[in-house]
Amino acid sequence: MPVFAPRPQSPPWGLPGRFGTRLLSALSTLTTPLTTPLTPDDFLGLVDPLLSARHPAGVVTAVRPETADAATLVIRPGRGWYGGHRAGQYLPVGVELDGVRHWRTYSLTSAAGAPDGEVTITVKADPRGKVSPHLVHRTPPGTILRLGPAQGEFVFPEPEATPDRLLFVTAGSGITPVMGMLRTIVLRRDRPAPDVVLLHSAPAPDECLFRAELTHMAGQLTWLRLHLRYTRTAARITARDIALLCPDWRSRETWACGPEGLLAVLREHWEAERRGGERPDGQRSDGQRPGGTEGPRAGSLHVERFHLTAPTAAPLTLADDSGGRVRFARTGVEVASPASVPLLVTGERAGVPMPYGCRRGICFGCLVPLLHGRVRDLRTGEVHDAQGELIQTCVQAAVGTLVLDR
Amino acid sequence: MTSTVTDQPPPNPMKAAPPLEPPPWTDDFGAELDRLRAEIVARRGARDARYIHTVIAVQRGLEAGGRIALAVSLLPPAWLAGTAMLTTAKVLENMELGHNILHGQWDWMGDPAVHSTTWEWDFLTPADAWKHTHNHLHHTYTNVVGRDRDLGYTVLRMSPEQPWHPAYLLQPLYAALLAPVFEWGIALYDLEADAVTAGRKSVRSLLGEIGRLLRKGARQAAKDYVLFPLLAGPSALPCLLGNLTANALRNVWAHTVIFCGHFPGEVRTFTEADIEGETRGAWYLRQIQGSADFEGGPLLHILSGNLGHQIEHHLFPDLPSNRYAELAPRVRDLCEEHDVPYVTGPLWRQYVSMWGRVVRHAVPG
Repeated sequence: MPVFAPRPQSPPWGLPGRFGTRLLSALSTLTTPLTTPLTPDDFLGLVDPLLSARHPAGVVTAVRPETADAATLVIRPGRGWYGGHRAGQYLPVGVELDGVRHWRTYSLTSAAGAPDGEVTITVKADPRGKVSPHLVHRTPPGTILRLGPAQGEFVFPEPEATPDRLLFVTAGSGITPVMGMLRTIVLRRDRPAPDVVLLHSAPAPDECLFRAELTHMAGQLTWLRLHLRYTRTAARITARDIALLCPDWRSRETWACGPEGLLAVLREHWEAERRGGERPDGQRSDGQRPGGTEGPRAGSLHVERFHLTAPTAAPLTLADDSGGRVRFARTGVEVASPASVPLLVTGERAGVPMPYGCRRGICFGCLVPLLHGRVRDLRTGEVHDAQGELIQTCVQAAVGTLVLDR
Repeated sequence: MTSTVTDQPPPNPMKAAPPLEPPPWTDDFGAELDRLRAEIVARRGARDARYIHTVIAVQRGLEAGGRIALAVSLLPPAWLAGTAMLTTAKVLENMELGHNILHGQWDWMGDPAVHSTTWEWDFLTPADAWKHTHNHLHHTYTNVVGRDRDLGYTVLRMSPEQPWHPAYLLQPLYAALLAPVFEWGIALYDLEADAVTAGRKSVRSLLGEIGRLLRKGARQAAKDYVLFPLLAGPSALPCLLGNLTANALRNVWAHTVIFCGHFPGEVRTFTEADIEGETRGAWYLRQIQGSADFEGGPLLHILSGNLGHQIEHHLFPDLPSNRYAELAPRVRDLCEEHDVPYVTGPLWRQYVSMWGRVVRHAVPG
């Protein structure tokens, strides 16, 4: 199946398009006084989670295996998921595992603005992870996923701002946002496609995401040049390789996505080039602004780093950790917090206004969102590492470095 | 240290209250309860999530069904069915859902739709106000005279430590009158006007809370007493009466369950001196002695928000309510092992005993 061709149009979900959505919103507003303190949405969501506007959801309509441990999930978003996405962005996905909702983000691999309204994410199962193996191996069509708004700054320019010459350097699942960009270019039929070079590395052919589709595309599309490199039999890509495979790399705007090692090599190379290529007037090319491709200076480099689930590394014992550091994101305070001291106390000592209640883990008056990092329950030793989870600061202590939304 | 023994003769033979000095095994006792808690935390999962989602679906289904039936309640069977469904829905919403979700019992699911920070209930008092007086003050200082305002809700005298006043002579009457309008009583009580006179709270914040209460009260009253009756057209009057009945019955039931949780005769009260430097184990002991269970079938427990397992709820207020039934026999065994009184009995007996206490403390002594 030529996956890169736009799929036939079908209504996003049951009600007849935009009119149905408007009608439903109007009815919701009208009936709100009848459902107070709940909202009509709370009832609609029970009938069909896709009807909920407050808690956006999507239904998995198909699961396509990509490799032995990766799959593409086709998702039909429901009423609450607004406004689509831009190519290169990622989608927050809430998955229920044993009664607990876990949130992860995955790059959207479908074209931005696809007419059928469906989106795809392509997930590689991390054997140490909890959520990705579930999504890849144990998610049948029909599964409901919670959806957050698409986000991320690693985005492909709008049609009128798209440069004529592009270079993509990717490795592993770093291909996923770029796949979304390539499909977006394909979909923009009304415009001449830019000239694209894609340098992609994967461990081996059978572990290469989208291998068949990429080679098929490269064979059919005149504007796409593809270099696949298999790092189990060949060396990792270097700056020299880029110069050899894409001699005009300086004149291309570049998007790179992959492991930190690859991105570091690229950044260094681009930085060195920029220093060397500094112009007599002292002006530098702006590394972030898209569209700066004309002239002799090195094109912009956009990078996307993947946070490959590091948090759940080694299991902790009560004795071998000695607390950590807490950063309070809103107040900007950062302090050390010993293993036995509740985060509430750490915050108060540091002068951060903390919500509090009973101070013994009963009343839930002290909940604060954990933005990043891990905490340990001082009562049970239980370690929480879910980002965005609300934690009881009066009975939770720091485990390593963490960030609280306070 | 004042010993606090209720002089009400216990209706069933209970063990004598132990001395208030925490016994030497208190820490081990606490550790054992901590282990019980950890065990449930480790086991809670999909089954529990399914339970609460089922209760939510049943509750909303009953509410929708009740509203529809009351819309045509000129027909007496529709009125009966509608009022019964709406009452059941309101009871579930108040106890098994509202009370327990606002305790954070379901926060572990990470579902923003079923979370203590986002939930609002179909009860007059705004969730935030209630969470403060209930989750914080009542659950932390359970049955401590002068600290736990729930001990008599500042209008009833429930222990001999509370100084007597002639106004208490009529307290059986107040308690009975309170039942059908319980949500109003709780809403006014949650304003903590007494905290303003005592200087613990500013007039400004009291006014803010009154504003929030009035806004919520207006929405609640408009829904049940104006909008739905108007929509019912010719059935407006029976619909209004059905809604009134549902709210009153829910209030009487909530009043019954809550009063039976802490006021049956044998339940103990404590003084502020008792909780000086209280350890976790001693806190557990106080929770057990300051609460009373009642017995009944699964349906009774669901309709009472599993607060028939009041002791277990007070030990582990943040564990999912559907787990209290399995905790109860194990807590009871642990109490028997250590000769800690564990107050329980059929609902009717706890109810009679509770009234006995209300009457007993209406008079001096």
